[in-house]
Amino acid sequence: MTENSIIELKNVSKHYDSTNVVDNFNLKIKKGEFVTFLGPSGCGKTTTLRMIAGFELPDEGQILLNGEDISYLPPYKRPVNTVFQKYALFPHLDVYDNIAFGLKLKKVSDGDKMRRLTTDEIDEKVRNALKIVDLEEYEWRNISTLSGGQQQRIAIARAIVNEPEILLLDEPLGALDLKMRKDMQLELKEMHKKLGITFIYVTHDQEEALTLSDTVVVMKDGMIQQIGSPEEIYNEPENAFVANFIGESNIYSGTIAGEKKVRFINHVFDCVDEFPKNEKVDVVIRPEDVRLKKDDDESLVKGKIVSKIFKGIHYEYILMVGRNEIVVVDTKDREVGKTYGLQIKPDGIHIMKKELHTNTYTDAYIDKNNKVVISDAAFDCDITKLVKGSRLEEDGTVTGPDGTSYDFTDADVIAEIGLTDIEILDYVEDATVSGTIVSIIYKGDHYQLTIRTEQDEDFVLDTEYTYDENDVVGLKVKAKDISLKLKGEAKKYAKK
Amino acid sequence: MRKSSIFSRKVLAVPYAVFLLLFVVVPLVLIIVYAFTDSDGGFTINNFTSFFSEAHNINTLLISVLIGFLNTFICLLIGYPVAMLLAKKELGFGKATVLLFVMPMWINFVLRTAATRDLLFNIGLNGGEHPYIATMIGMVYNYLPFVILPLYTTMTKLDKSLLEASYDLGANKVQTFVRTLLPMTMPGIISASTMVFMPTMSSFVISDVMGERKISLIGNSIQLYFDQGLWHMGSLVALIMLVLMSVTAFFDDSGEENARGGLW
Repeated sequence: MTENSIIELKNVSKHYDSTNVVDNFNLKIKKGEFVTFLGPSGCGKTTTLRMIAGFELPDEGQILLNGEDISYLPPYKRPVNTVFQKYALFPHLDVYDNIAFGLKLKKVSDGDKMRRLTTDEIDEKVRNALKIVDLEEYEWRNISTLSGGQQQRIAIARAIVNEPEILLLDEPLGALDLKMRKDMQLELKEMHKKLGITFIYVTHDQEEALTLSDTVVVMKDGMIQQIGSPEEIYNEPENAFVANFIGESNIYSGTIAGEKKVRFINHVFDCVDEFPKNEKVDVVIRPEDVRLKKDDDESLVKGKIVSKIFKGIHYEYILMVGRNEIVVVDTKDREVGKTYGLQIKPDGIHIMKKELHTNTYTDAYIDKNNKVVISDAAFDCDITKLVKGSRLEEDGTVTGPDGTSYDFTDADVIAEIGLTDIEILDYVEDATVSGTIVSIIYKGDHYQLTIRTEQDEDFVLDTEYTYDENDVVGLKVKAKDISLKLKGEAKKYAKK
Repeated sequence: MRKSSIFSRKVLAVPYAVFLLLFVVVPLVLIIVYAFTDSDGGFTINNFTSFFSEAHNINTLLISVLIGFLNTFICLLIGYPVAMLLAKKELGFGKATVLLFVMPMWINFVLRTAATRDLLFNIGLNGGEHPYIATMIGMVYNYLPFVILPLYTTMTKLDKSLLEASYDLGANKVQTFVRTLLPMTMPGIISASTMVFMPTMSSFVISDVMGERKISLIGNSIQLYFDQGLWHMGSLVALIMLVLMSVTAFFDDSGEENARGGLW
């Protein structure tokens, strides 16, 4: 296996303080492949790239280059070069000297001796690199006189002139305008073909990732969500996050209704995936996979157009199917208010195992007021749930059915809260805990929000109301809705 | 709006222009006039020739330049690594730590210098016996903040990814320092040097107090001439200083204008 993989990351993890920035990352990259790390900001994609470059060291795991462990090798000893996000061109050097920077330090073997490159050799390589990036006349220009796009090209030239085994690109097109970005994307792809070296590219732009890559690695919260070709990522997203992140999608909660049948938006559809009956699933439908038909076909589910946006080559419609919204794109001009039958082919229905039914907190504990502490916040809870048939005494102890008295202060517990049991409040003052909304996934008739507290604990909940990402909200849970389980035996807490 | 206002914006510059004229331009002209006239008011270059014909004057000039250079060099040698450490964000030195290094400047200059002398005396370094060492210690102590501050500003503005780029392209730590950090902080170094070199040569309090009046710098001789009522000679020495000053200022300007991080 190692023969054809140029670089391999094995169980690589990186923590800052207590948060896992990169969590158990496993990946093999083939020689000559164009791999993109794709994900929202803070997903660990840049940190992973920086570990490959050598700017960060992994806390766990190994990075193998051609089978050799390079995990702790300093960056200047690695045969990889980086194109930085803001180019990082040396302002005190002109274009020529920027590109020649690496060459002047390089030593090549000449017979059995090592020698530096001659001026002529450097000259030729620099000119060649400038030719590749199409800036032949720019050798003696000052860096500050170049436009963003030109600086970008020089940064690429400065990296590829060293003939690295792997070229690392950290959101290199982020600072360019749309038109320029599109042009550069094509050029990068061209360059990759011509040079034949391995490219590892980091971006948060899904379109860019799909356009450029042979393989896309979708990341979230330091973990790989899916590895696959652009087609696989787009057509067969493995979970709701990938589906939502890659392109516009309709995502619904559904139930498997029978063999290759799934029920969602109050209708049973044929599908191609097989799941056990009654399994709760997430259903993803791309807007372009829905056909609008005349509403006289009884077998089709009906939807009414409530909004219409002209998008150039097509219209984007939002239809209401009962209480659910569905986004559909269609080239025909249709009227708002009209009802249509919706046809979705079985292969247009992507079914994924539901990720989350409840929030589970494994490091919760009971404080001295018999409240359960999750993420530094004390929630009211029914502590008698810890021992079956027990009752709470006035002094705060719990008496079991057999008369044993328990004191659960500081007891470690596992707390579970259902997605619909968390109440979301606009006023942080009245809440038990507050946090920032870090993700919103629309599921047809409700939103699934992930709220992250200051202690970096996530609360996932379903709500019908609209919020914006980065809103700060308060959370409250009724005592009866928190289920508790003791870690270890109850008798540990029995009073003698 | 523009037409109805009685004052144009230029009016705002008038107070400073008057100040400039009275306290900068006029004294400057006076210095030049005095330097090339004798006590009767006639034009002469005798001041000039008599200054340079006396060996101890040239001596003073050379020693001043030497001490100026030495002080600049030592201050940079100590200040550069300090600024580097302070600017390192990972180490978590806040602005408060930087203030700690600058704080000596807040104490009265004469008092501070006298205290330094007494302190050195107590640890067995007598300024009268070792005037040069004592003076150098006093100079470095006094001018170190002027080196640390501009270097610190330059370094905090430096994009860290530039150093990473250098490592990435195959430069080890020493090569990165020589080829990347040093040239990129050059504006700060020049800025710091000009702020130390000229004031060192023209200061007379430090050499007087620390060296127990056994060392004479240009500053001392200007003071001496004016004290003795020799205005014409004093003006000439001041003019020489002025010329030296403009030479260093020229070096300062040759740095990149927008990239320089100085106190100004």
